[in-house]
Amino acid sequence: MLESLAAFWGQYGSLLIEGTGDTLIMTSLSTIFAYVLGVPIGVLLVISQPHGIRPNRGIANVLGWIVNIGRSIPFIILMILLLEFTKLIMGTKLGIRGATLPLVISAAPFVARMVETSLSEVDAGVIEAAQSMGASTWQIIQKVYLPEAKPSLILGGSISTITILAYTAMAGAIGAGGLGDLAIRYGYVRNIPSMTWATVILIIILVQIIQSVFSLLAKTTDKRLR
Amino acid sequence: MSGANIQIQHLNKTFGTGADQVQALGDINLDIRAGEIFGIIGLSGAGKSTLVRCMNLLERPTSGRVIVDGQEMTSLSNRELRKARQSITMIFQSFNLLMQRTALENVCFPLELAGIGRGQAREKARGLLKMVGLGEREGAYPSQLSGGQKQRVAIARALATDPKVLLCDEATSALDPSTTQSILELLRELNQTLGVTMVVITHQMNVIEAICHRVAILDGGVVAEEGNVADIFANPRSAIGRQFVYPDGVKLDQLAASKVIRVVFNGGSSYEPLIASLAMDCRVKVNILGADTRNIDGKAFGSMLLGLPENRQEADKALQYLRAQPDITIEEVPHYA
Repeated sequence: MLESLAAFWGQYGSLLIEGTGDTLIMTSLSTIFAYVLGVPIGVLLVISQPHGIRPNRGIANVLGWIVNIGRSIPFIILMILLLEFTKLIMGTKLGIRGATLPLVISAAPFVARMVETSLSEVDAGVIEAAQSMGASTWQIIQKVYLPEAKPSLILGGSISTITILAYTAMAGAIGAGGLGDLAIRYGYVRNIPSMTWATVILIIILVQIIQSVFSLLAKTTDKRLR
Repeated sequence: MSGANIQIQHLNKTFGTGADQVQALGDINLDIRAGEIFGIIGLSGAGKSTLVRCMNLLERPTSGRVIVDGQEMTSLSNRELRKARQSITMIFQSFNLLMQRTALENVCFPLELAGIGRGQAREKARGLLKMVGLGEREGAYPSQLSGGQKQRVAIARALATDPKVLLCDEATSALDPSTTQSILELLRELNQTLGVTMVVITHQMNVIEAICHRVAILDGGVVAEEGNVADIFANPRSAIGRQFVYPDGVKLDQLAASKVIRVVFNGGSSYEPLIASLAMDCRVKVNILGADTRNIDGKAFGSMLLGLPENRQEADKALQYLRAQPDITIEEVPHYA
């Protein structure tokens, strides 16, 4: 058993290490850029609501509509849909570069909804108190909404990151690299089940680590739990 | 720091449009004087929270004028309004502190909004926390403080920008009776030392009794009556006013004597010495049939029903004696029993 494990690692170890690295890079880059897009959209969704601090029916409806469309298209289809666009913007359809753009576009609406949910949990009374003190819209976003929702935003961050990690595995199907790519090329095409199992185990470990780190972070930053 | 006056003229507020339209406030006229504690009492749904929010324009009046310190609030631009709100601050029933900030950082918050530097803000916030009796707890988060302590932080926060008006929206409604008393004492003290005008919204008559100089009773979005707290307690004119002053009704259920009189106390000494001296000076024993009196600032308000003795001579003697007393009025109750 041990011998065959050593033999397996000898043959595929470096591939698996490289795949794990690629998955981590794709996941973190895509998560960061998805938040760069998703946070402002989520904030706009909250403040433009009829009872928000800057009610605007037009913005609320249009943004809600765009986000819903983005959320409706399955990632694997969106990726194919965006192939030419990706090539135009990123210069390639392949590898980490090729996968990041569709990952960001697909994850940003999801992130926007996560951010919207977190911000909506902030007590309306606290927002009203800030308004009664003469806070501007920007000050309320920056000094009330985001800091008060921080623990919830961090927990939402773990859900988003793990969702994006799952997307990167699908991106393997069109040659993005990473663990998904290994599972398809070795586990499926060359029919090496131990390779499929190895990628599954590595992804499970990654998810556990990501979840623990985010949970710990949320817990230590939340001043309500002391 | 000193108080500002607030004039409210023909204020109307309606919510919704068309068939769903609800009139929350109808033709409100109030003249709140600089430096006083003005109470607004009403049952829930009477419109008092909407009215107080019209004073800092958290709610925009549908029509009418709100003039604070000579400034017409509804005519201000957004930027001017934000600036004006620094001098018309507010405290709330649920405290509304920032949960992720310490007590000190909460008090610093309005100063940050006003663009005051961190060092200066912290120094001022420390002084304010000391003033409300929380100097030792500056590093505590709201979740570590009791309800009364949270409201003290909120009061310190509301005073940070040296306001001229402090709006108190059911500020003690979430607190237990003894904490309520201590918060009310703090508010009265701050009113006296800082001169800040206070508008106190409440549904509890004992809050009005404890700290307010004048009061308006709101019922169904209109002012049912207004005046000095002492006058309203002595002689509530509106049905809703009587309901607040005599929540259990005036008791008339005791056995009648020959002649019954009502003694109304208008702020003289309390009623026990009066009855005692009546017995000692005139040697007349009267029967207390019912009383609803209150002690406000050491003075007696309210009324008492007295049954006079059968003996005509004694009864007249007692009447004469009572009529000679200052600060009380006597009326006969003709058809008692």
